[in-house]
Amino acid sequence: MNPSSAIWLVAEREIGSKLRSKTFLISTGILLLIALAGILIGGFASKNPEATTVAVTSQTIAAVEALPNVEVTEVADRGEAEKLVRSEDVEAAVLPDDGALGYTVIALTDAPGDIVSGLSVSPSVEILDPATTNPLLRYFIAIGFGLVFFMAASTFGATIAQSVVEEKQTRVVEVLLSSISARTLLAGKVIGNTVLAMAQIVALAAIATVGLIVTDQNEVLAGLGAPIIWFAVFFLFGFVLLAALYAAAASMVSRMEDIGSTTTPIMMLVMAPYFLVIFFNDNPLVLTIMSYVPFSAPVGMPMRLFVGEAQWWEPLVSLAILLASCVAAIMVGAKIYENSLLRMGTKVKLAEALRG
Amino acid sequence: MTTGKLELSGITKSYGSRRVLDDVSFQVAPGRLTGFVGGNGAGKTTTMRIVLGLLSADGGQVELDGSPLTAEDRRHFGYMPEERGLYPKMKVLEQIVYLARLHGFSKADAAARATALLTELGLDARLNDTIESLSLGNQQRAQIAASLVHDPEVLILDEPFSGLDPLAVDVVAGVLQASAAKGAAILFSSHQLDVVERLCDDLVILAGGTIRAAGSRDALRAEHAGDRYELVSAGDAGWLRTEPGVTVLDFEGGYALFEAESAETAQRVLRAAVDRGDVASFAPKHPSLAQIFKEVIQ
Repeated sequence: MNPSSAIWLVAEREIGSKLRSKTFLISTGILLLIALAGILIGGFASKNPEATTVAVTSQTIAAVEALPNVEVTEVADRGEAEKLVRSEDVEAAVLPDDGALGYTVIALTDAPGDIVSGLSVSPSVEILDPATTNPLLRYFIAIGFGLVFFMAASTFGATIAQSVVEEKQTRVVEVLLSSISARTLLAGKVIGNTVLAMAQIVALAAIATVGLIVTDQNEVLAGLGAPIIWFAVFFLFGFVLLAALYAAAASMVSRMEDIGSTTTPIMMLVMAPYFLVIFFNDNPLVLTIMSYVPFSAPVGMPMRLFVGEAQWWEPLVSLAILLASCVAAIMVGAKIYENSLLRMGTKVKLAEALRG
Repeated sequence: MTTGKLELSGITKSYGSRRVLDDVSFQVAPGRLTGFVGGNGAGKTTTMRIVLGLLSADGGQVELDGSPLTAEDRRHFGYMPEERGLYPKMKVLEQIVYLARLHGFSKADAAARATALLTELGLDARLNDTIESLSLGNQQRAQIAASLVHDPEVLILDEPFSGLDPLAVDVVAGVLQASAAKGAAILFSSHQLDVVERLCDDLVILAGGTIRAAGSRDALRAEHAGDRYELVSAGDAGWLRTEPGVTVLDFEGGYALFEAESAETAQRVLRAAVDRGDVASFAPKHPSLAQIFKEVIQ
């Protein structure tokens, strides 16, 4: 049979056996629910922050009511106000005094920041170079891209590694190789798992979009649209690269127990972008480097696009670098895979696997 | 089916400084079952893996119909590895269908073939069970189905009978004979010499990495038959000990096992025996495969 239909058959089996695993379906369901819940809760919380309850007297009611988002309870005197604060029926009380502003704020343990700042007098502030994005939003988006990349790449990377070792351990591989070539088998595995990983990414992107629309966060959505599409494109090739490496590393061992000894370095490569983007999402130099290194580009480049730091041509250059590394990884990976697949027993040494 | 003769010539293989195969040459003819016997570590599995291209030989060649084996030829091979290998979590039918499709059969053809073959092997009630839920004997039947489902021209089976009960041995033997009748060249290894003896047409005996005997079963038997005869008669057979040209190996009452120096001597003994009383049986004594095996691997 021709190689391309054999590749599809192998890919189909990989997808089918994963879709039949209850663990996989349940964990994917939970992941999607968490993503949806996160966006919905975030959206509703930012739209309807809970009102602060404040006890006031007739002298202070006018000033406090003018503040945004407070709920006032009128009391007669200081004694009654303190009682409400102590019983935590209100978060704060605002009472008249003889100071410069004319109010005293009473609270139980901490000064209520929004009330204090609302009642304070501030100098006017002029910022010459304002930040383009809200730092908190930037942080969450960074975690979002980092986590999705990390989860999807490690889940499906581990899947492909296990499936390679399973075939080796059970010797199915000897039966398979008497009908198809090692390269066909490898291609089918990489394609099958890439399809699954991409399906998960697309599902997450769709849920994020729906969530943002439902919660009316159109501004975030407009800013995030292009980066999400780039993320998907970068993820596609980044994952193919990782999958080839995972398969090659796994083919060097013969038992499930030994899988960690060769795939750990790749696991590190998958974790690196996640930690880097969390610690350095406000560091343009680190982000720029990340956006060009093939392993971290799927996280680094969309991040830079989101904050508006990347020029229009930058993702294209980075994608070209990623594609070249992808081809190199497939060539090296296929060689290691072909040379190690039939060597049973002890771990195959990397030098031997490369030499043949 | 376009079948050809599989021929190995001068195969050598070493692992480091240890030579495991030395000038191994034999043939596997289409339409015949060739038994491959040898002690543990004799090199049977290594030889089979070389034929399948899973290992490369250091020297010598494997030819099919007179031309060197190609990857394309091997697509028409069926293989059952020594250590059984199928996906543990896949269903029996699905698995065999998958392998048939990898060999190029359409989905419908693959399903029809797999179902028929599994039914023939007695697994029709287990088609939708996972491999890991089957008993070892049934896993083995599934494994045999995996090697046969694409009607291979050449079948290489490493220990197809190990672990099977006598009834299952008969079922599997029947399937292999049917496949040979359709023209496949079949090479199978086994330690169960009685099964090999009953089943095979040709025989290859390997010991210490070298071929000790190869040829048709009947020719090998005749070659190792020697000049032994068995006589069962009514009277006492003690007189045989004084016959010229006769060496008595064993005797008890009317039974005697003896070696005659020529066929004429044997005929003379028979006539003499008939003169002395009723002869119940008189026949040349063929050695069993186990005896031949022990003899040639010494």
